[in-house]
Amino acid sequence: MQPILEMRGITKTFPGVKALDNVSISVGYGEIHAVVGENGAGKSTLMKVLSGVYPHGSYEGSIRFEGEERSFRHIRDSEDLGIIIIHQELALVPLLSIAENIFLGNEVQTRGVINWPETYARTEELLARVGLKEAPRTLVTQLGAGKQQLVEIAKALSKRVKLLILDEPTSSLNETDSDALLDLLLEFKRKGISSILISHKLNEVSKVADKITVLRDGASISVADARARTVTEAEIIRDMVGRPLTDRFPPREAAIGPTVFEVRNWTAHHPIHIRRKVVDDVSFKVARGEVVGIAGLMGAGRTELAMSIFGRSYGEGISGEVLVGGEPADTSTVARAIRSGLCYVTEDRKTFGLVLDETIRRNIPLANLGGISSGGVIDDNEEMAVATRYRDRLRIKSTSVEQKTLNLSGGNQQKVVLSKWLYANPEVLILDEPTRGIDVGAKYEIYTIINELAASGKGVVFISSEMPELLGMCDRILVMSEGRFVGELAAADASQEKIMHMILNANGE
Amino acid sequence: MTIAHEEHAATAADTASYGDFIRHHMREYGILIALVVIMGFFQIVTGGVLLKPVNLTNLVLQNSYIIIMAVGMLLVIVAGHIDLSVGSVCGFVGAVAAVLMVQYGYDFVTASAICLAVGAVIGAAQGYWVAYYRIPSFIVTLAGMLVFKGLALGLLEGRSIGPFPREFQLLASGFIPDFIGSGPFNQFSMAIGIVTAVVLLWMAVRSRNQALKYGNVDEPFAVFVVKHAAIAFAILYLTWLMSAFRGLPNVLIVMALLISVYTFITTRTTLGRRIYALGGNENAAKLSGINTQRLTFLTFVNMGILSALAGLVFAARLNTATPKAGLGFELDVIAAVFIGGASMSGGIGTVVGAVVGAFIMGVMNNGMSILGIGIDWQQVIKGLVLLAAVIFDVYNKTKA
Repeated sequence: MQPILEMRGITKTFPGVKALDNVSISVGYGEIHAVVGENGAGKSTLMKVLSGVYPHGSYEGSIRFEGEERSFRHIRDSEDLGIIIIHQELALVPLLSIAENIFLGNEVQTRGVINWPETYARTEELLARVGLKEAPRTLVTQLGAGKQQLVEIAKALSKRVKLLILDEPTSSLNETDSDALLDLLLEFKRKGISSILISHKLNEVSKVADKITVLRDGASISVADARARTVTEAEIIRDMVGRPLTDRFPPREAAIGPTVFEVRNWTAHHPIHIRRKVVDDVSFKVARGEVVGIAGLMGAGRTELAMSIFGRSYGEGISGEVLVGGEPADTSTVARAIRSGLCYVTEDRKTFGLVLDETIRRNIPLANLGGISSGGVIDDNEEMAVATRYRDRLRIKSTSVEQKTLNLSGGNQQKVVLSKWLYANPEVLILDEPTRGIDVGAKYEIYTIINELAASGKGVVFISSEMPELLGMCDRILVMSEGRFVGELAAADASQEKIMHMILNANGE
Repeated sequence: MTIAHEEHAATAADTASYGDFIRHHMREYGILIALVVIMGFFQIVTGGVLLKPVNLTNLVLQNSYIIIMAVGMLLVIVAGHIDLSVGSVCGFVGAVAAVLMVQYGYDFVTASAICLAVGAVIGAAQGYWVAYYRIPSFIVTLAGMLVFKGLALGLLEGRSIGPFPREFQLLASGFIPDFIGSGPFNQFSMAIGIVTAVVLLWMAVRSRNQALKYGNVDEPFAVFVVKHAAIAFAILYLTWLMSAFRGLPNVLIVMALLISVYTFITTRTTLGRRIYALGGNENAAKLSGINTQRLTFLTFVNMGILSALAGLVFAARLNTATPKAGLGFELDVIAAVFIGGASMSGGIGTVVGAVVGAFIMGVMNNGMSILGIGIDWQQVIKGLVLLAAVIFDVYNKTKA
């Protein structure tokens, strides 16, 4: 049978860079086609060519959709044919309702007057199809990330989608929501809708994909048919990074020292619903040289725990004790928390970690401006030396330290954030999803840095939603659920199943 | 192999550097070039009147209060806020000064000190709501604009109060006395100009040498030479013109000091760096241990003090406090800062840019007045220049 989509010999050049080099891809009817590759491999560019963001004529090669040669000039052209992209950063208007969002730009109307009864009726129908039990009038801002994703998909369905393209759809979802989304894709497949799934999460890819295309440096490296045979993750990773990655985690030999960080009876309340405890009587210890993981579902209170400790950056009515190196530490403001030897690497580097309009050089010393100045006057040359040192040490890929952090890839941005905190010379690092949205190669580098830090006697708290990562990196894993610690596992006898059990049992109580 | 590769990259960078450098610094130089072109244009069409010593002196005096406020406004805008009340505060402080000096007979030093303190309190009162209660600065200062306009009117009971004591007038209309010579040419003023030019050159050479030692110079040598020669020439030429008239105005010295101090603060100190970080990404700044609330508060206090200073200069210049003083100044000040390359969303902008922006507006006002262009067309043209400057900015940004 003819494929629904065939892209042949796509080559797209930007000034000085060949973003895509003779890439071909073919997607069959009712097929889930995964496209994987490191950041910068050309996945997004390929999808932009397909959807008409880069208009016909700005690239070489041909696109055939439903058996006909197509030349899209706008996104509108591809959408009219049923090619719908759902971007990583959701494009919903938070203060409009679900129904308004779904039909935004495509309103049910006669001569500019909206037919609301019809709009709501059709919204309900669409929500039922994606399995979202919410009223059409609910504002999008009241929904969690998982439900918002479903609204996006309902929006795609409203446009009579034939080929659904999902760009990192699960990167901000927890395990349950991700599973629901993947099931939905399988459901669509049965109804004959094809999908292209772009993802970093290889376990998801192997779960649902019929075919897997690996892109590297703008070229298609391999196409594997997962229906014909089992495609292993190792195989995919090898194609992605261009070398066999025998181990996804660097080896670590834990040299555990005395306790460096201790939290006693930590409690924090929700900033708006003051009575709700978001963190409930949590106590834990971290030793020098130890990496302690905190596992849990989205909303378990892990980020809230970290941020409430770090300068009370989150929550109200906070109580409890923090000890650093055995001494009670004052962490009531961020500046004091830093002074007592803590640092917190945020889960959202763009919003909370970097000044994106500023250069690498100006971002790195931001948490320790005292180090490059005397009497409040900055020594430019010292600043330059510091920035260069960390750029080399963490191998931040950039043209120079004068490059704006906005233009760096996710992994390199994260390295700048890490540099900033390393330069503040903390005793304890709290890392919140440090590898989110980062490709496999850069992840490995970040892991290596974490191991080096632990080896140098720092205490590391590692918060992550990716369980394999916790299992591969931590000496001990604390399991958090609904604001409380519900279990602790030594790395040796931890497994994903055990962690999930602990969470589920705690919820069942 | 990697070394060879890097060497290759280095030579490539060298050849590309002139073009790249100019492209990257288009905005900084663009605005200076724009000022020079505009000055040249009016110099020609006014038949040389623009740069006549007397007119040049007037130009400085006319724009001094705008420039003083533009320096404060730059910090406010870089921090991600706006202050609409500066014009009203300026007028209100002028009224306070008049009441103190003319009606109560305070000496000008005490009165000026009280006025600056009043400005600080006003800035603090507004900054408090913006910083600690997160009320949008647009709203708070819009309220302040109405409040202080009203208070000025009330304080003056609708009349004008003046004249001011002689010493106070000198703040705005006085000139540096000639300590050296006694002829019509103010030799002491010229000496100040020469010393300033030499010091600036020496500082530029020193900092370039230091940077060279650390190997982080991106400015090509030719650009460096041309730039600093031009700056030195401009300073010498303009001082020479003014010395030939009556010497350097006192207020120019005040401005020069303010500009140098604030340039230093914004480019070289941790305080300045923190303000840029606050405006660039408040969340990230906060989580880096920067006390963003206090910093916001302080930028408004600073703005209040500088508005008060501008109010004093303006009152001294008119030699009377009127209820209409300061009307609409906020618009000129804000326009100057944006023409000078500051970003509406915060985190970007320079003191020198804001000052140059203010001079562009000033030269256009002055030049168009000399030509006898009506106030109607002046407004239209100024508006279009503001729009064009910002469009140029945005265009540059999307291209980069």
